[in-house]
Amino acid sequence: MAAAANPVPWQMNLGKGATTVSREIWDLHMAALWVCVALGVIVFGAMFIAIFRFRRSKGAVAATWSHNTLLEVCWTIVPILILVGLALPATLLTRKLYNTSGAQMTVKVTGYQWLWRYDYISYEGKPVTGVKPIFSRLAWNSNAARQLDSGINPDSIVSRDGYHDYLLNVTHPLVIPAGVKVRFLITGGDVIHGWWVPDFAAKRDAIPGIMNDAWAKVDKPGIYRGQCYVLCGQDHSAMPVVVKVVPRDQFNAWLSAQEQPATLDRAARTAQVGPRKPAPAKG
Amino acid sequence: MSSTAQAVHHEEHHQSFFERWFMSTNHKDIGTLYLSFSFLMLFVGGSFAMLIRAELFEPGLQLMQPYFFNELTGMHGLVMIFGVIMPSFVGLANWMIPMQIGAPDMALPRLNNLSFWILPFAFVLLLSTFFMPGGAPAAGWTMYPPLVLQGGESIAFMIFAIHLMGISSILGSINIIATILNLRAPGLDLLKMPMFCWSWLITSFLVIAVMPVLAGAVTMMLFDRFFGTNFFNAAGGGDPVMYQHVFWFFGHPEVYIMILPAFGVISEIVPTFSRKPLFGYKAMVYAIACIAFLSFIVWSHHMFTVGLPLGAEVFFMYSTMLIAVPTGVKIFNWVTTMWRGSLSFEVPMLWAIAFIVLFTIGGFSGVMMALVPADFQYNQTYFIVAHFHYVLVGGALFSIIGAVYYWLPKWSGRMYSNFWAKLHFWSSVISVNVLFFPQHFLGLAGMPRRIPDYNVAFADWNMVSSIGGFWFGATQLIFVGVVIHCVFFSKQKAAARVWEHAYGLEWTLPSPAPHHSFTVPPVIDDSQLAHGDVSH
Amino acid sequence: MSQPDANVYYVPHKSRWPIIATIGMFMFMLGAANWLNGHDTAGQVILAAGALTIIGMMVGWFGNVIRESMKGTFNSQVDTSFRMGMTWFIFSEVFFFAAFFGALFYIRTFTVPWLGGMGDKGALTNGFIWQGFSATWPTNGPDAVGGSFISTSPWGIPLINTLLLLSSSVTVTIAHHALRAGKRKPLIGFLGLTILLGATFLGLQAHEYWESYVHLNMTLHSGIYGATFYILTGFHGLHVTLGTIMLIVMWLRCARGHFNREHHFAFEAVAWYWHFVDVIWLCLFLFVYIL
Ligand code: HEA
Ligand code: HEA
Ligand code: CUA
Ligand SMILES: [Cu+2]
Repeated sequence: MAAAANPVPWQMNLGKGATTVSREIWDLHMAALWVCVALGVIVFGAMFIAIFRFRRSKGAVAATWSHNTLLEVCWTIVPILILVGLALPATLLTRKLYNTSGAQMTVKVTGYQWLWRYDYISYEGKPVTGVKPIFSRLAWNSNAARQLDSGINPDSIVSRDGYHDYLLNVTHPLVIPAGVKVRFLITGGDVIHGWWVPDFAAKRDAIPGIMNDAWAKVDKPGIYRGQCYVLCGQDHSAMPVVVKVVPRDQFNAWLSAQEQPATLDRAARTAQVGPRKPAPAKG
Repeated sequence: MSSTAQAVHHEEHHQSFFERWFMSTNHKDIGTLYLSFSFLMLFVGGSFAMLIRAELFEPGLQLMQPYFFNELTGMHGLVMIFGVIMPSFVGLANWMIPMQIGAPDMALPRLNNLSFWILPFAFVLLLSTFFMPGGAPAAGWTMYPPLVLQGGESIAFMIFAIHLMGISSILGSINIIATILNLRAPGLDLLKMPMFCWSWLITSFLVIAVMPVLAGAVTMMLFDRFFGTNFFNAAGGGDPVMYQHVFWFFGHPEVYIMILPAFGVISEIVPTFSRKPLFGYKAMVYAIACIAFLSFIVWSHHMFTVGLPLGAEVFFMYSTMLIAVPTGVKIFNWVTTMWRGSLSFEVPMLWAIAFIVLFTIGGFSGVMMALVPADFQYNQTYFIVAHFHYVLVGGALFSIIGAVYYWLPKWSGRMYSNFWAKLHFWSSVISVNVLFFPQHFLGLAGMPRRIPDYNVAFADWNMVSSIGGFWFGATQLIFVGVVIHCVFFSKQKAAARVWEHAYGLEWTLPSPAPHHSFTVPPVIDDSQLAHGDVSH
Repeated sequence: MSQPDANVYYVPHKSRWPIIATIGMFMFMLGAANWLNGHDTAGQVILAAGALTIIGMMVGWFGNVIRESMKGTFNSQVDTSFRMGMTWFIFSEVFFFAAFFGALFYIRTFTVPWLGGMGDKGALTNGFIWQGFSATWPTNGPDAVGGSFISTSPWGIPLINTLLLLSSSVTVTIAHHALRAGKRKPLIGFLGLTILLGATFLGLQAHEYWESYVHLNMTLHSGIYGATFYILTGFHGLHVTLGTIMLIVMWLRCARGHFNREHHFAFEAVAWYWHFVDVIWLCLFLFVYIL
């Protein structure tokens, strides 16, 4: 299974990602970028022309005017128009990002110091029963290499598909089906974390005691990687998000193999994630 | 000069070191204290940054445990913001505002001394936390609960240090407002004031309005930690996100507190070396006022991913984008001031030009982040680190350095070495881009901020950035050399009007400026005002 | 009394008070931080030393300014500077309280309804994390932190306190008019009455706190209600305390005849402060007690 669009050396731009939304965001990003480049060319261009043409050393004599109402009105209005042009698609896209309706699957994501827990809540309109939660920790080889003065070269951490996955691999990834709109319910178990897979453009803070949601519909099977993005303590850099997207039939088979008697389900659904008072720090 | 002035001069010679620097009521001495303090803090915060860049030089942990890295990151931010940028702007205000408005001193000179001396003590409290059980606060400069509440003994010290800094900057700003509104020489109407004074008048207002809000936020944190309240705990009906709203209600105006005085400085420098009045003076004033107003209604753009309601996302996106308009007015007006001028490129002008370019680049990435969907990909990545260093280092810090090069001859009465100052400039302006531009790429590739270690895909640009960082840091040692040489060793005397086309009351005073700037109100001659043309 | 020259700027001499003030504040904070961290004795000693230094500094600094003022050192420009200083100080205080009011509004408009299941976000939050909790106010949250409690009725002590503070604003204004009219007796009397009203307010509030803690189980631990209640009323009470002390100082100075009909800025500053405290209380009464 090919890795989708994980970061590569010398990468300079956003990846297009693997969902329609992520591609639309990429388009918006590029539009905004080009607008900025164009404005930059105009502003800096004008300034550098001034710098080269109106030098005293070349005998330039200063004009004395110091205002021009028409000009000032123009450069107030034109930026507003440009901004409106950017704001419109951005607004429509924001609504899309927020529209979790019609999801065929729901997964609850809980961030802990320092691992992710995934609970399957429902699939194809039915509650999922008896599937054990997935605990997703940093992969052991990365964990060994990341210790201070471990002597292990991070470059030597390579996954089966040849990707150098140092700090971007976990013990048990989240598994979801391809081509299905999945809704992620995101919350935190102790402090605030952040669940993000760049290729999905699915990103929300995992806040203890509050539930957020995001969604993704990934068409292409593959392994998608992201990281916890909200500072959550000493191992903030060591809680990657890895999602394995598999073909739908394969997922169905996997899921039914997992399913067990219904009793466990309630425990998963009601798993208490609310914070109690933060533990007093150890000296 | 009148006999009062002589009496004052007399006093100056008879004071001991302690009296002069610890009991001062003199705006120049206090300004010098502020500037020296922030200079020192630049090196403290800068050395944290060097450690950060050293650890990030390559993947894997080489130098420190992750927890210590987090301490460094948060303290770097706090020191740079509260210890470098804010105090140095207050120092400039202290030095220049009385001279620019024809006053003898600040309106409340004793309070002025208090405002300054709180700062070193506040930083003793803050920095001492490095040596405490549990270490320094390690939750970033934004200090989000619940994480910050996991800290050790440092929390109380950090909170009280922030209270002290808040008191200091509020008192400082009250003083600046009172000085500008009350001590202007007769005939110096508000709309004839130099832009630097205008920018500070509005900045002071922001400071007085938002520093107490920060105090409120950290006070709630104090109560949650020590007195068993549940402000930020959902189990008790509170909300960690509520902290973020209160914090950013302070935090966003805070970033404009760090840039508006910079706008003021640039509006002084550009007309001087363009030999042409500032273009659109009034528009410049209104733009600052407009930015200040808008800064109160954009705070949630720092929280686009916390799960705000859709309506809020859209509102804060629009209000944030709107700020680009008045800011654009400022950029366009500076460029137009240069247009058809008679430009020369002395050192302060070089920094001003670099400011315009670098700040605009930072502003552009700001506008990109204002787009909610796009920010979902940028949020909490190095793209943001790049954004705010462009506006804070390329913007605020560069304007401060430019201001020092602009006014140092007036302060010290001596000229600095042009060669070394130019070397400082060129080395800085190149290295700062090597340092921060690649961070855009890192962010876009998906590297989160506040991490000591990263995947190997991020290795190359991080190494480039670190090299730029060491280069930029080492370059600042030249700055130290230039300033020390100028103040203590330079033989080249500065004229009263240091720069050929420099207008404004400060240039009518001799260099170095007398101990008390104006003992009797000067007579205002419109043609002597910095921007020259006040009819529009 | 020699009149200062209006055409020459006034600049005070060197002063040792600012540096003493910062040392006092530093010790105060250092002591408090140590105490909070469980280093009780050291903390208390340093804190007390800091507090004493601050008090001494206040007496010294203000004494200094009073002497200068009575010598007629200040011209009207200095007077205006003082006024601006006080105005903007009060402005900053407004924003300090705004932070806590903002917290209260945010919690009541967003957080509690979400925890209780309102809207899409609330449905998730409540359904998956806090089942069974329904949004009410006052609340101590889904975990009923601090145990069940009873909140105080606005129509008892708080109402009396409202009336007390409102009338104290009136009496301080009467005193001010008396001062401007040069009538000593009503000045001393009404100012004294203001102090009495302020002190009574504080006494009643202390009683209310005691009642809440002992009989109603309404404490700082009582979830978000207790937290917002005590932080708002507590900081207000602290301001009333300060205001009352300031009024007492003014009373002493009036009794000593420090003020005349034109020059009494200190008195006015305290009166402004007192009105400010009064307005904050009205907001408290409305938003904390009634609504
Ligand atoms: C001096 C400090 C400073 C300044 C001036 C700014 C200016 C701006 N900032 Fe920045 N910002 C910070 C300091 C600053 N910022 C800091 C420190 C953070 C991170 C905090 C943290 O999390 O630790 C941050 C974070 C930050 C975020 C949050 C990102 C996130 O966390 O996800 C956003 C999002 O909207 C943002 C936007 C903006 C915008 C729109 C401006 C605008 O004001 C910029 C306006 C300027 C221009 C646009 C350029 C000139 C204009 C023209 C040439 C006109 C034409 C232009 C157009 C029509 C586009 N900033
Ligand atoms: C306000 C101004 C300000 C300034 C001026 C700077 C200046 C610098 N900053 Fe930073 N920075 C912030 C404000 C600022 N910063 C903030 C608010 C944050 C966010 C914190 C948070 O996440 O909470 C941040 C975060 C931040 C990060 C991200 C950390 C992380 O997310 O983990 C990085 C990483 O590269 C960084 C680097 C630098 C560098 C290299 C400089 C350089 O410009 C510094 C240059 C100056 C010196 C180096 C002077 C010292 C010189 C010497 C000591 C001489 C010896 C040196 C050599 C010989 C090399 N800063
Ligand atoms: Cu979990 Cu960062
Ligand atoms: Cu902002």
